Amino acid sequence: MSRLHDMGGRIGDGAVNPADDTPYTQDWQGRALALTMATEELGTWSIDSSRHAGERLIPHDYMNFSYFEKWLASLADLLVARGLVSEAELRRGAAAGVSGLADRMLKPGDVGAMAASGAPSERSLKAPARFANGERVRTRRPARNILVDQGHTRLPSYAAGCVGEVVNCHGAHVLPDSNAHDLGEAAEPLYSVRFAARELWGRAENPDDAVTLDLWESYLEPEAGA
Amino acid sequence: MPRTPFFLALRPLRPLGSAPDPEVFHPKRGSGDLDLGPVSRQGGPMPHDHDHPHALLPPDPALRVKALETILVGKGLVDPAALDEIIDIYQNRIGPQNGARVVAMAWSDPGVKARLLSDPVPFLQELGYYGRQGEHVTVVENTAAVHNMIVCTLCSCYPWPLLGIPPGWYKSDAYRARAVRAPRAVLAEFGVRLPEGKAVRVWDSTAEMRYLVLPERPAGTEGWPVEALARLVTRDSMVGTGLAREPGT
Repeated sequence: MSRLHDMGGRIGDGAVNPADDTPYTQDWQGRALALTMATEELGTWSIDSSRHAGERLIPHDYMNFSYFEKWLASLADLLVARGLVSEAELRRGAAAGVSGLADRMLKPGDVGAMAASGAPSERSLKAPARFANGERVRTRRPARNILVDQGHTRLPSYAAGCVGEVVNCHGAHVLPDSNAHDLGEAAEPLYSVRFAARELWGRAENPDDAVTLDLWESYLEPEAGA
Repeated sequence: MPRTPFFLALRPLRPLGSAPDPEVFHPKRGSGDLDLGPVSRQGGPMPHDHDHPHALLPPDPALRVKALETILVGKGLVDPAALDEIIDIYQNRIGPQNGARVVAMAWSDPGVKARLLSDPVPFLQELGYYGRQGEHVTVVENTAAVHNMIVCTLCSCYPWPLLGIPPGWYKSDAYRARAVRAPRAVLAEFGVRLPEGKAVRVWDSTAEMRYLVLPERPAGTEGWPVEALARLVTRDSMVGTGLAREPGT
């Protein structure tokens, strides 16, 4: 059901290696990150589409690529899908001509401003939020995109069908399930929902432990059932 | 300027580098939108998992990034000097020293702490710690009763303006998979053992909200200046996989 990126709670990965504590271990990785940020500035895709491109790597690639190899592969795929680069250019390793979007190229002098600017996802709340703090809600099960079959969603599988408590409403935010597929921003109230560890895993390392997720209103229904 | 390519005409863009403008960025969405079908391939309504143009590039990642850069520079879409600048900024200007200063300020001034815990972004903007991957921030406070820990199980969301680019372990499968199910076991791998009575709160960053942990202030630091306090604040203590350093360690 879920894709490989949806790995929260997966068993068998072994210990975390705290010594792996630098952003990059090889120069090309920083270059891959910079290339991704610079092309993002061309403004032809959203962060949601970009995440979805990474998630759509075939399982063999997702499992075998290192972190920044995934970035590179999904960037190449996005560039072709959005018509910025052709498959022939990728094959040849050279540009066939100057792009019509060249006037949008990020200039070195604008990098500082780019890093210090942002693309906020908050929008004005069009209707009152459905849920109040303290309210108990149940998440969609199975975790899936209901607008697009097999599409992007930010509800992790491990939290599907679970009951938690609303601890905060962050206002309305762009809905990734829609925006990743170019179906509009469809902003909805976004809530922090806290789940007891035992609710998620059946058992907990400690009875008081909990996991909090940020979840959009359409992912949720009242605990009693809608 | 050539005519707008179809994908630009079709899709509403998230604003880059601008404040949210609800009037402009609220495209209508009707049921007909679901019929876009094969028009939009990548990210379009019908995902095609077999599409993988990246396989056309050299498999070696260093050569792959070089090839992609060469193509994009040739197309006039990327300036190599801008790439150097991006790498430099996140190496030298934007990193955990920013978050450490914020934490030290919060330890020193109850007013700052109250602002950070209630509505941190305006305060972070005043300090110049606002930007890409840090548009929305929530600060969660460690206390004698609660220990907070941050993860992104679906990708690798992280508060860049405060902590920089995430370290390898934060992006690793092992951390993403295990931090939510077995946070205490993961903490032990970082050398952190919590008392039984302390609850663990894991925050899975599933939206554009970025999280920063406000670690507990070490004892014996009363009256210390902000700069000295900031040296006790490690990156890991702000992700929740560590604690602040004790004085003299």
